[in-house]
Amino acid sequence: MSFNITDYYNELSKGDVVLAYKGSITSDLINDILEAVEEKLDEYDENGKTKKKIYNILVESLQNLYHHIEERHEGVEEDLDPKFGVLVVVREEDLYKVTTGNFVNSRKIKFLKEKIDKINSLTKEELKDMYKFILNHQRLSAKGGGGLGLVDIARKTGYKLEYSFYNYNGNYYFFDLTIKV
Amino acid sequence: MKPIFIERTPKTPLVKFDSEKGVIEVKGRSIPENSIEFYKPLVDWLEHYAKQPLKLTRVDVQLEYFNTSSSKCILDVFKKLESIHKAKNDVLINWYYEEDDEDMLEAGEDYESIIRVPFKMIEIVD
Repeated sequence: MSFNITDYYNELSKGDVVLAYKGSITSDLINDILEAVEEKLDEYDENGKTKKKIYNILVESLQNLYHHIEERHEGVEEDLDPKFGVLVVVREEDLYKVTTGNFVNSRKIKFLKEKIDKINSLTKEELKDMYKFILNHQRLSAKGGGGLGLVDIARKTGYKLEYSFYNYNGNYYFFDLTIKV
Repeated sequence: MKPIFIERTPKTPLVKFDSEKGVIEVKGRSIPENSIEFYKPLVDWLEHYAKQPLKLTRVDVQLEYFNTSSSKCILDVFKKLESIHKAKNDVLINWYYEEDDEDMLEAGEDYESIIRVPFKMIEIVD
C-alpha cells in the first residue's frame, strides 16, 4: 500500500491532541503555533521545566521544517502547498510526543539517517561535546541554520529520536520524526 | 558611540548597548528564523566599542529561550567580548537563568567553557 498523507495525519492525530497542523510552514505560522501551544500548556498547568522543554523543542523542530522543506514536490500528486509540513503534538500519560513530517528527496535520506543514528548512539555527555564542537566550528548557513537543531533537541529530551521514511512516489519520501519530551 | 536600544518582540530580545556606562543587556526570547540579520549590527557595534572600551564592561544576559540559530550569534557576541578582555580590560558576563531551568544553566556553562571571560551564573528565584 502506498503512503497517504491523509491517513498518516489522521493516525497521528489520535488521542489527546495538544495541537495538529498540516500545511504551509511559514514564519507567521511558527509564531501562531508557539503561542497556541504555550496557552494550552498553561491551561494544563504544566510545570515550568516541561513547558520550557516543549517550547524549545517546538521552536527547533518547526525551524528545521522551515529551513529544510523541499520546495518542489515533483511526483506529489495531491494538491499540496510547496512548503508543506506536518506538526502534531500529543499528550500521553507521562510524556508529550512531538511529530514533524515533510517530504524529502531520496538523496537526503542517507545524510539524515546517519545524522540521527549518530545522535542516538551518544551519551548525554557526548551530545554536549558534539553540540559545543558544532557551535564553535561550523558557520551558520545563509538561511540561518546551524546544523545544531537535532543535537539540541536530543540533549534536551533525553529520549532517542524516532524516525521513518515512507516512500511516496519515485524519489520522494515522507520523513517522519517523533520526539518524546 | 551611539547606544543601541531595541524593544523586545515575540521572537527577538530587548537589547541595550551603552558605551558610556559600559553596560550591555540582552533580555527575553531570541528565536528568529534567521538570527544573523538581528545580531550582525550588535557584533559590528562591539567591534567599534572594542577600540575604546571602558575599564569594565558588564554584560547581562537574561534569556528565557534561544534557538540554535541564535546560539551561534551569541557566541560571536561573546567572542568580541573575549577580545576586549584579552586586551586587558575587565569584562564580566552575568548569565541569568530561572529557577530549575537546568537547560539554560547548562547553556551558560557551555559558553563559559568556550569563551575566556569571567562568567557569573545567577539564578532568578520567583
